[in-house]
Amino acid sequence: MTQESQRPKKFSYAAGSLLSVADLSVEDVSAILSVASQLERRPTAERARLLAGRRIALLFYESSTRTRTSFELAAKSLGATTTLVSDKSSSIEKGESLKDTGLTLRALGAECIILRHPSSGAPFVLARETGVPVLNAGDGMHEHPSQALLDVRTMLMRLPGRDASTATAKSLDGVTVVITGDILHSRVARSNALLLPRLGAKVLLCGPEPLLPEVALHLGAGVEIVRDFDAALRRAQVVMMLRIQKERLAGLELDLANYIERYQLNGERLAARAPDALVMHPGPMIRGLEISGDVADGPNSAIELQVSNGLSVRSALLLRALYTGGFESVTV
Amino acid sequence: MSDVLILNGRVVDPASGIDEARDLLLRDGKIAALDKPGSLKNIEAAETIDASGLVVAPGLVDVHVHLREPGQTYKETIATGTAAAAAGGFTTVVAMPNTMPVNDSVAGLEWMLSPQRGAVVKLFAMPAATMGSMGATLTDFAALHKAGALGFTDDGKPILEDAIMREALIAAARLGVPISQHAEDTHLTGGCSMNAGPVAFRLGLRGMTIEAESRIVERDIRLLREIEKSEHLRPHLHVQHISTGRALEAIREAKRQGLHVTCEAAPHHFTLTDEAIGDYDTNAKMNPPLRAEADRQAVLAGLADGTVDCIATDHAPHAAHEKEQEFERAPNGITGLETALGLALRVLHRAQGLSLSKILSLMSTSPAAIVSLADRGSLAVGSIADVVVFDPAAQWNFAAKDSRSKSKNTPFDGASMLGRVHATVSEGRIVFRQ
Repeated sequence: MTQESQRPKKFSYAAGSLLSVADLSVEDVSAILSVASQLERRPTAERARLLAGRRIALLFYESSTRTRTSFELAAKSLGATTTLVSDKSSSIEKGESLKDTGLTLRALGAECIILRHPSSGAPFVLARETGVPVLNAGDGMHEHPSQALLDVRTMLMRLPGRDASTATAKSLDGVTVVITGDILHSRVARSNALLLPRLGAKVLLCGPEPLLPEVALHLGAGVEIVRDFDAALRRAQVVMMLRIQKERLAGLELDLANYIERYQLNGERLAARAPDALVMHPGPMIRGLEISGDVADGPNSAIELQVSNGLSVRSALLLRALYTGGFESVTV
Repeated sequence: MSDVLILNGRVVDPASGIDEARDLLLRDGKIAALDKPGSLKNIEAAETIDASGLVVAPGLVDVHVHLREPGQTYKETIATGTAAAAAGGFTTVVAMPNTMPVNDSVAGLEWMLSPQRGAVVKLFAMPAATMGSMGATLTDFAALHKAGALGFTDDGKPILEDAIMREALIAAARLGVPISQHAEDTHLTGGCSMNAGPVAFRLGLRGMTIEAESRIVERDIRLLREIEKSEHLRPHLHVQHISTGRALEAIREAKRQGLHVTCEAAPHHFTLTDEAIGDYDTNAKMNPPLRAEADRQAVLAGLADGTVDCIATDHAPHAAHEKEQEFERAPNGITGLETALGLALRVLHRAQGLSLSKILSLMSTSPAAIVSLADRGSLAVGSIADVVVFDPAAQWNFAAKDSRSKSKNTPFDGASMLGRVHATVSEGRIVFRQ
């Protein structure tokens, strides 16, 4: 009856933008994985011609090690010029708005902006106001799409009988992924919970109520809440641990000893409940809190592979945003 | 003052129960005659409005607008805001006190109401209930009332302290005016920018719970009951922009018990849900926030069964640069004066089946009564000549760029409207004509 205005306003964004995993079809995911695989096989010199002379800006309002470095190295490996602007050493400190910062970067020739920002939705603002392709490198508690893509690639590489250079609605059939920890504040959890079920996986979210409210179930089909970590682990082919985000707790009190007791992934627990499960962590890890050192360094761990997959997946995303020959032609 | 004739229209006057063809004569700023069609045709009027096929109704009354003057005239002025009101069919608006400085003094109130501000329609104000709207010390209610205050409110800043709210209700009751409360327990809403629920979780935004609204409403109702018992006064609580079923239920029960509670609902709360935020559209950000469908339905039910007394827009203009920000940083509020009638007719009349008379009561007679404007909100002979003439069947799409308001922050840009204002007459003067 009032449907015409119930529908949210649709904005348009530059082709090649990646703001949310919801923007990606399974075919898009497949193309990104395929390009990532091909890039790894290409000779370095050839790869460096793909985006030669192109300008990419990294705009970081939050600190980052993995995401920033891998985007930067990915851009450079494709021959692009990069510039890093952070909130600390720029006019952002003087109160310049996100819009004006974006317009300034565009005026300086940036053809693509990689944005990390503490406010959920900030990449949408930047993309709308500049018209430049924007890659979301993590926005507040919302999403971290490139992380979910590199996580998919990691799973497909490490789980037996899978193909990491393509994706279908069945790529992760029969795979149960347990995501444990501070789901409420985690953009990694949201991106994975939205993406993995579309590739056939079952996602079990695990954590105490204050960090994992029941409303998380509404993230979509294929998502389940299991409070008992041991019970969840027994069903897991993949277990993804998350850091407690002290910076986003906003007054929430947490009994850390109790948390460790119930939710830490340690060697004993892993051996008893899921000896073959793949162990993942988007980083940064707090060893001894959500994960023990022996598990992080152990044979089940794919944590370093996740990091290195960041390079190839983010290279593919940059090509998708900027390659003038057409993204699909890279795959030929 | 020259005569205005409005001929051949369908007169809908909820106050007198009239809904039939009548001709209307406005003289000296008053309704001079309301007669059978054709009976006024021999009068020589300076202006004649042919209202064939149109509805003629009492001018709309909005008890909750933000006109931003003094202090933030880049967003709106009294002149531009009231021009938007006229275009929307409103003839009376009540300005909230959250200007800069806060309207908490007689001098401030007089400045605001002065003819020099250039109000196009009748402007009233509700000054602050506490100095600077800081929630600590009451303003001078008696002096402000004498200078024209229709009631008192700290608007966007709810009066949280029980003792202060109690004191305010008692002082207002002695003057026979309402305390208008923005019901939000701000202890529960720190860092929140939208409604709590699945949409907020998916968007990664902290959400305001329905309890944040209902707790204050329940507390205020408890205070009313206590004051009636201990002080033998009958305080009037007016709850602003009600948005949740739970708070509505508390009001429904309070009314059943005979307490003097009234409340308003905003068009956006009966039209949209939090899904309208979409890709972090800051033009769908306001406080109270757009709620879930169940709460929208509760507001619709409250409008139908009389729990909601009136429609108010909470017209809250903001400059483009303020809304083009990160969702959490962007200010709350949307413009609403030019879309209220079109949405009310589309959603409440066409979709929900409420009668035109009921909707006009919600938008004129009832809000006028809430702030005790006895000679407005009616077309009875002798009333002030505030009239809106509109085409109830016109379907059109609102374009924000055409708005008379200085600001264009609306989620209804391009939205379909039912019913279009043809003319607005304020105190006998035609102040808007399509």
